[in-house]
Amino acid sequence: MVPILQIQGVSKRYEAHQALNQVSFNVPPGSIFGLLGPNGAGKTSLIRIITQITGPDEGKVLFEGQPLQPRHVQQIGYLPEERGLYKKMKVGEQLVYLARLRGLEKADAQQKIKAWAERLELTTWLNKNVEDLSKGMQQKVQFIATVLHEPRLLILDEPFSGFDPVNANIIRDEILRLREGGCTIIFSTHRMESVEQMCDYIVLINRSKKVLEGSVKEVKTVYRTNTYCVEGQGKLLITSPDFKVISQKQAGNDFSAEVQLEPNVGSNELLRYLLDRVEIHRFEEKVPSIHDIFVQLVTQPQHG
Amino acid sequence: MDKIWLVFQREYLVRVRKKSFIVMTILGPLLMALIMIVPVGLMMMSDDTKIIQVLDESGLLAGKFNSTQELKFVSVQGPLERAKQQYLQSEDAALLHIPTINLDKPSGIQLYSQKSASISVITSIEKQLKQELEAIKFERSGIDQKVLDQIKTKVNIQTVSLSDEGEKSSNVGVTSIAGFMGAFLIYLFIFIYGAQIMRGVIEEKTSRILEVMVSSVKPFQLMAGKIMGIAAVGLTQFLLWIVLSSAIYAGVASSFDLKRFSDAQISQTMQGMENEREALQAQEINSVMSGLENLNVPLLVGGFLFYFLGGYLLYGALFGAVGAAVDSETDSQQFMLPITVPLILSFIVAQTIIMKDPNGPVAFWMSMVPFTSPIVMMLRLPFGVPTWELVLSMALLVAGFVATTWLAARIYRVGILMYGKKVNYRELSKWLFYKG
Repeated sequence: MVPILQIQGVSKRYEAHQALNQVSFNVPPGSIFGLLGPNGAGKTSLIRIITQITGPDEGKVLFEGQPLQPRHVQQIGYLPEERGLYKKMKVGEQLVYLARLRGLEKADAQQKIKAWAERLELTTWLNKNVEDLSKGMQQKVQFIATVLHEPRLLILDEPFSGFDPVNANIIRDEILRLREGGCTIIFSTHRMESVEQMCDYIVLINRSKKVLEGSVKEVKTVYRTNTYCVEGQGKLLITSPDFKVISQKQAGNDFSAEVQLEPNVGSNELLRYLLDRVEIHRFEEKVPSIHDIFVQLVTQPQHG
Repeated sequence: MDKIWLVFQREYLVRVRKKSFIVMTILGPLLMALIMIVPVGLMMMSDDTKIIQVLDESGLLAGKFNSTQELKFVSVQGPLERAKQQYLQSEDAALLHIPTINLDKPSGIQLYSQKSASISVITSIEKQLKQELEAIKFERSGIDQKVLDQIKTKVNIQTVSLSDEGEKSSNVGVTSIAGFMGAFLIYLFIFIYGAQIMRGVIEEKTSRILEVMVSSVKPFQLMAGKIMGIAAVGLTQFLLWIVLSSAIYAGVASSFDLKRFSDAQISQTMQGMENEREALQAQEINSVMSGLENLNVPLLVGGFLFYFLGGYLLYGALFGAVGAAVDSETDSQQFMLPITVPLILSFIVAQTIIMKDPNGPVAFWMSMVPFTSPIVMMLRLPFGVPTWELVLSMALLVAGFVATTWLAARIYRVGILMYGKKVNYRELSKWLFYKG
């Protein structure tokens, strides 16, 4: 399958500041793709290149196999982190305006606005001025404005900021529903738990370079440390050289421990070793969270 | 193009529907009407006749004072102290005391009043005194007043501009005013609506809408749509003002004219003898009318529209760039200065140098530089400008606004996505060379 978006060796410089340095990756169609990185890593610069607000100094961006062109603006929806609306404009008119700028016909836009307003319970607000809306409401309006023209690719920068948990869930469900409908979503956020929950693939950019790429599963496999959590009853005493005890707690007759396996040692061997000695209530691989991986990669000293 | 049109529509409709626009559109002509009506009304209000008591001890001027609508002269008898007492008990405006005077050096004439007398009353009395005393002196030295009137001559130069096309009588007053009005309108329009462009961009910046916008519209389209939309708002407002104020003017004038006409009739019968003056007035009016007729109206209107739009586009782009470079209106001062200086300068210079010498070197160069040419050329146009100068000035103005638009678009493109950064001129010049 042709990736919906191919980033090929993209570099961008602002004066003395290198914003992007030879970044390449592919975004598979129909996925939710996490674009991660600390503040100032170059995420916004990259998004602005994809949305054609700026162009790359070097490298290419392909949309469905073709070099990015102005007409692709209609296929892309972008919800920036710094977002706002015209305050003195009516919600309905504003949505029509933004949709028409994306190439929608007026009647078509009005019909779609009606449908979306009903879904997100905004119908009564369409005739109000934007400044009369609460922040959460405005965020909903912005979300509608982003998806109204039914883009093939949706770029969401911190989509959940400003939402209470209930509304955040509503928006999350809408995002998942759009994905079901065949939309690809690039998702840029600092909230690792929502990455874990929603993303199929991630790319991590740090100091203008790509440092990690892959499906969430693959990444976690790569960064697994062969560590297992064990809980149960009995006195745990591990003496085998195959296992390394990272931490251990004993409370009366109950124990809990984290045990790391030496290379070439399987989890079954640990299980077998424990079976003879204690009663096991819990045995689970300690999988690194995306959060852990992120922190580990971003804080480790730079090489070269 | 489609997108510029969409932006244009939004900018126009949002502004035209604002309450402030509607209020200003209605209030503007009313204010103008007030400016016209209030002085007239005030004049009418102060029209009550003031009574001046005259105590003439010299015996020269008794009964010589002409009572007018404003002042009525009444003789009283002396001595002075008693007259003063009587005056204080009366409600008359003032007491004029003329002692026995030396005709060659009249002094000691005094005006007593309870409230201080107005300048117009004093000058009117002084004028009458002077006239009467002069008449007495003429009589004594044997000069006939009629002879003197014949000697008095009024000169009125008729100006004729001579060119290849033959001679045309021109009226400097009319030409200056026509040019000045045009220049003033251009000046006003650039300032009011240029500032609106800037405010509009700042508003977009502070509401954080721009990143959403530029992902579907090119910054240049956004800027162009905004500048043109606001121009259309301004033109609409001007048009409405003209329509409304001429309606009001027509209404007011028709009710006033009747009165004025009857006044004129009265004064005509009263001043029947002053035919000569009337003839002169008629001649003057005639010269104004012929001055108006001889203005090249199509050229003036065409020139006005061209310099009006050209000047607005040139400055509008710059105002837009300033808006993009700053975060709030308070920060805009440092960048506004270089924009407003040439405008104000051309307007100040206009009133002195250019009016005096509309074809001199200062006028020439200022009508060539695109930053000053819209105002200066507009002033010069009624006086006749060589075709090559006009063409060159227009070409330079077009080149000028293409250049400022290019410059502004580059600053705009970078500036609208910059938040919370204090910008100086060095930073701005860097923005010009950022790659797309």
